[in-house]
Amino acid sequence: MDQILNSLHYIKPEISAAIALSVLVIIDLIMGKNKKYLSIVMILGLLATTYFIIEQFGNSSFAFNSDSSKFGLLAVDSFGSFFKLLIILSSLIVVLFSITSYEIKKAKERLGEYYSLIWGMIIGMFFLVMSADLIVIYLALELLSLSSYVLAGITKDTLRNSEASLKYVIYGGVSSGIMLFGISILFGNTGTTNIYEINALFQTQQLQGLVVTLSALLIFAGIGFKISAAPFHFWTPDVYEGAPITITAYLSVASKAAGFALLLRFTKVTLIDSINTDGSWNLISLIDWKTFLIIISILTMTLGNFAALWQNNLKRLLAYSSIAHAGYILLGLIALSNEGLMAVMIYFVIYAIMNLGAFFVVMLIANKTGSEELDDYRGLGKVAPLLTVSLAIFLISLTGLPPTAGFIAKLYIFLALINSKMIIVAFIALLNTVVSLYYYVRVLKYMFLDKSEKEIAPIKINFANSILLIVLLIPTILLGIYFTPLVEFAKNSIALLGF
Amino acid sequence: MQNFPILSLLTFLPIVGMIFILSLTKRQEKTIKWITLIVTGVQLLIAIVILFFYNFSMAGINDPSSFQFVEKFRWIEITGLAWVGTIKIDYFLGIDGLSVVLVLLTTIVTFIATFASWNISKSIKGYFALFLLLDTAMLGVFVSLDFFLFYVFWELMLLPMYFLIGVWGGPRREYAAIKFFLYTLLGSVFILLVMIGLYFSATETLANGSKVFSFNILTLMDTANYTTTGILSPFNPNNLRFIAYIALFIGFAIKIPMFPFHTWLPDAHVEAPTAISVILAGVLLKMGTYGILRISYPIFPDITIQLLWYIGLFGMINIIYGALAAMAQKDFKKLIAYSSVSHMGYVLLGMASLTTASLSGAVLQMFNHGTITAMLFIIVGIIYDRAHTRDMDAFGGIANQMPIYTGFVAVAFFAAIGLPGLSGFISEALVFVGAFSSELIRTITIISTLGILLGAGYMLWAFQRIYFGELNSKWKELKDLELREYFMVVPLTLIIILLGVYPSLILQFMTTSVNALVKFMGDAQIIISSIN
Repeated sequence: MDQILNSLHYIKPEISAAIALSVLVIIDLIMGKNKKYLSIVMILGLLATTYFIIEQFGNSSFAFNSDSSKFGLLAVDSFGSFFKLLIILSSLIVVLFSITSYEIKKAKERLGEYYSLIWGMIIGMFFLVMSADLIVIYLALELLSLSSYVLAGITKDTLRNSEASLKYVIYGGVSSGIMLFGISILFGNTGTTNIYEINALFQTQQLQGLVVTLSALLIFAGIGFKISAAPFHFWTPDVYEGAPITITAYLSVASKAAGFALLLRFTKVTLIDSINTDGSWNLISLIDWKTFLIIISILTMTLGNFAALWQNNLKRLLAYSSIAHAGYILLGLIALSNEGLMAVMIYFVIYAIMNLGAFFVVMLIANKTGSEELDDYRGLGKVAPLLTVSLAIFLISLTGLPPTAGFIAKLYIFLALINSKMIIVAFIALLNTVVSLYYYVRVLKYMFLDKSEKEIAPIKINFANSILLIVLLIPTILLGIYFTPLVEFAKNSIALLGF
Repeated sequence: MQNFPILSLLTFLPIVGMIFILSLTKRQEKTIKWITLIVTGVQLLIAIVILFFYNFSMAGINDPSSFQFVEKFRWIEITGLAWVGTIKIDYFLGIDGLSVVLVLLTTIVTFIATFASWNISKSIKGYFALFLLLDTAMLGVFVSLDFFLFYVFWELMLLPMYFLIGVWGGPRREYAAIKFFLYTLLGSVFILLVMIGLYFSATETLANGSKVFSFNILTLMDTANYTTTGILSPFNPNNLRFIAYIALFIGFAIKIPMFPFHTWLPDAHVEAPTAISVILAGVLLKMGTYGILRISYPIFPDITIQLLWYIGLFGMINIIYGALAAMAQKDFKKLIAYSSVSHMGYVLLGMASLTTASLSGAVLQMFNHGTITAMLFIIVGIIYDRAHTRDMDAFGGIANQMPIYTGFVAVAFFAAIGLPGLSGFISEALVFVGAFSSELIRTITIISTLGILLGAGYMLWAFQRIYFGELNSKWKELKDLELREYFMVVPLTLIIILLGVYPSLILQFMTTSVNALVKFMGDAQIIISSIN
């Protein structure tokens, strides 16, 4: 009991999030039909939680361990705090999007539920990025998934919306079942659910290689679903297309970040054998993890990029592009080095900014035109210069051309890869960028090169939205020219507890 | 003068102009054009100032202390940890005999291209903003001495170019624009890979004695800086220098464009508006050959010397193939585009024999081709503006209708053929003299001379079809040159004639550097071969 009380200060952000969730629900109940203040309450809660996360930075300790010499349920470290900060900031941005989203406005009577479920996702993700125990991993993953299933279908007004939700539930259910199966095998073999203890067993004892490998692969499958890595990516396009765009943006950034944080922690903690002085990792040689990850990664990016070539719906296009990006981010893990880990973290910050920016513009345009079809983007360059130029910059950054931030993100991944002597992989990934250029530039073609057949009314956006857009634009360009602070931040945050 | 950041001013002045233009409203068309003209005009003046203060005795190439107008400061510095070294990127600008010529060419061509852009009527604000962005990118490539910076400028060029062709181009502009974009990005991918590989292979010693990896091109040229295990280090017995050289070469060759990577060029040229064709042929193509001379040659002297014969061979193929393809064209602009392929072949041929004469010839050919082709594209633009067709068979007898124009055309055509007294002759002659003296590529050189014959063939044939013969009655209304057009053709004609008579005007800037490059290649090759 004492141990539990002592650990409570380690989960201040989570407690803050839980309180904010409760306050939100209560206010929603009291205010009834008046939804005016919900967004403000939401934002205040997010800011308070952000404060606690920043306060927590630099901690490095287990929480909820039965005694201080043992491994605990949660690992509180800079790595976790980094991802929590990323998650909370993207939540903040998504909430700001939601205020102006037409789709969410239409479902106004469910705004209370919408925000509470976002809190549900946040709490799930927070626990996910710091979990050191398979049970916590599973519970956090379920909390995250269940909240997001409902959010994907929250507006209920279109068929595709309900379809998205249903598909998500089915795919999600199956994959978490697979993962649970993996967890149970691992538990059966090791007698513990703590990943640090499992690692200790791996290092000292001869475990049944085949069974353990199988269980690790099953767990990878569960995580692969969350980060939409091939071959578990099939849900992504449909869900991304059907869900309200704010949620699509949120899933593509925050949920994916949490999934990656879990993947990185799981891989590094459970499977590691030793770390060399140059920061490269030696994994326990059950199977050739590197080749396995290389295949997954290349498959993911290639499938994502080639499928994106044929898309005519911008949301779907961005969905496939986010699959491709998951492939690039996996490359950072493949390097199996601290440098690669740092590259992943840099990538995620930049990816969050540019991807949220792209979705924001698509949302603002859809608010007016009611469509995300590329055909309706014809000639928009003339009537909405700020929006289309911003979208162009976000897309160029997603392609990874200098001098935008996207180039720096890719550069660090490739630096890590080439430093690990994986030139062929780097080459394939770079060829993929060339492919991706085609579909990103295709959007530019529709906006600037083509003419609209019908008259389109100028799209005006209000002052607050243009500020938000510019807030997203500035780092997209600035981080491409001066990236020292970001790299320093990522470098100082890679400390995983125990390593 | 050497301490004033004149190169930064030169490079980033267009960005300032671009910001001014973006702050104007769409209706202020005149102001937008004049801002562009003033910016490019001032750039030309700055380039001339640079020429005045240029010290002929300083060679550059691999010696940091003999670069001129150097600006160097730390741009990115991220202190290292146990597992990752310090990351350091310099903002490093400077020019030597290779780049000063191309800086001058760029400013001349952009200034003239501004006049050629004067009759653009569609979204003027966007056009000139992108035009100025392109200007910055081009100059940035020629003045950067840090590979990272070089790469950023190299890529920065793509986006404005895509839009300039894609929005303001001809009927098949979308296809041409995306083709250009994909091709060049593919090339950049190779360059990026080699850049990262080189970064991890060589270190630079900082003031505090610590060794850090470096993107500095001059550091990468010195064999002593390479680590023993770097993948592109000559000290590593399993190094990948050969593959890296080929990759880098392909990256640059796409830009030249070298056969078989040239297919984007005719499309891009045919669809691009006149001013953009002028810049494309005048400046952009030179970036490929400049990149090879600045980066591939001195960083990989060992591999270069192994592959000289092949470089010459591809030069020869470019010359002959380009000329034959030009001969088969009906479209006037496509003919000029293929003649570019052929003329860039001379640059490659010149580079293939490491003699002072042929390398000087190659660099001078870059300059001369820049001015001559710029003029040829302007000539095409002038007739297209009036007749709205480029089909050579539809013309005939234009000489009677537009005699002054035809006079200028004659100068440009004869310069392109290589008539003595005009600038093209000097550079081609130097290339052939140098290349012939190299035993290795003598046969190639002899075959390449066929290109001169073929060049005369297609140029004169085109001249005859368009300007001589019976005047087609359709063209009775065509008017001769107007004032704006004189501004474009007269300066170029003067340059062509002046350099034909007195080539030392340009040659004097590069002689020291070219000599240094030839000497460096020889010395470095000996050092590296002694390692293995």
